[in-house]
Amino acid sequence: MNDKLFEGELVRLTAANSEKDAEHFARWGQDSEFLRLMDTEIALPQSVKEAKDAIVKWMETERPDGIGFVMRARADDKPLGFIGLNGIRWNHGDAFVGIGMGEREYWGKGYGTDAMRVILRYAFTELNLHRVSLSVFEYNPRARRSYEKCDFRVEGRDRQVLHRDGKRYDVIFMGILGEEWRVTGDK
Amino acid sequence: MNEQLFRGELVRLTAFDAEKDAETESRWTHNAEFARLTFAEPAKPLSPVTIKKKYDDEKEKERNRYRFAIRALADDRLIGFIALQWIEWNNGACFLSFGIADAVDRSKGYAREAVRLVLRYAFGELNLFRLSAVTGSYNDRAIEFLQRAGFQIEVRRREALHRDGRRWDAVGLGMLKDEWSKR
Repeated sequence: MNDKLFEGELVRLTAANSEKDAEHFARWGQDSEFLRLMDTEIALPQSVKEAKDAIVKWMETERPDGIGFVMRARADDKPLGFIGLNGIRWNHGDAFVGIGMGEREYWGKGYGTDAMRVILRYAFTELNLHRVSLSVFEYNPRARRSYEKCDFRVEGRDRQVLHRDGKRYDVIFMGILGEEWRVTGDK
Repeated sequence: MNEQLFRGELVRLTAFDAEKDAETESRWTHNAEFARLTFAEPAKPLSPVTIKKKYDDEKEKERNRYRFAIRALADDRLIGFIALQWIEWNNGACFLSFGIADAVDRSKGYAREAVRLVLRYAFGELNLFRLSAVTGSYNDRAIEFLQRAGFQIEVRRREALHRDGRRWDAVGLGMLKDEWSKR
């Protein structure tokens, strides 16, 4: 039994705390590059109040088909971003993982990869899912490399589905099966 | 300009009528084969009252979802549904789903015509850029049907579906407006 399910090497996954975290979420939401890397939707800043309401709705209210965590640096407990499993289909054992690293100075340093390893362990050893899915945008090669490090495989692409600054980009779908994760990820 | 977006030779596309159609849609949910061919959610019978509530919920989603009843022109009978949903207006992208509920109504060209009408609606009226559709690898008929309609297989999420003890892939297909206009 692993009693450190939520601990990685660099980060720990915790529950969100809307009182304390909302101002960080609102600050990350001012960064349009972050928003465009994270979501297909229209980039839009949020007030602290809106961020707080969203945290209450999506992270502090229990949902049957999703769970969200705040990533915190183990070193100083600083909130770095969020990660969660969404659209969990319990009948099929499939879920989509989504990650947003809000603190730019933590980009490209292994924090997101570490958080992904933690949530995969949670998905396969606690939720007992069969597979985990994600989508990553063609213009986000850094994220794609991170997912490949976690042994996600490319499973296809929605051609030209994103429209940013007058150009079209693909959304790439990736997936990892529990049996694949157990070969390399089950440490 | 084409004035008849909602009428073909065999079918017409209409709104759902909560009073008349909820009973029929409730009957569809008792057809497990149809439910499993059409949706990834667990098959579950729903009462007409539950269906009516869904009609009300859909009103609120109107800008992101257009759902039509497919009715046979011959007798105006409700035979299926077709929907454009999860529309992302900024990207011009959306998902197509449809189904002909009763086996006796299949292979008669109803779905082919409904899809033809909705593709014209999606690309010519909503001015979308692309459509996606997702089905299970057990649904060969739907995959071949969509390919004939001009969709290409783009994604194969391995073993994402679990039915009757077997694992199946979730197959994603897509079609761009350009590909539609050239047909």
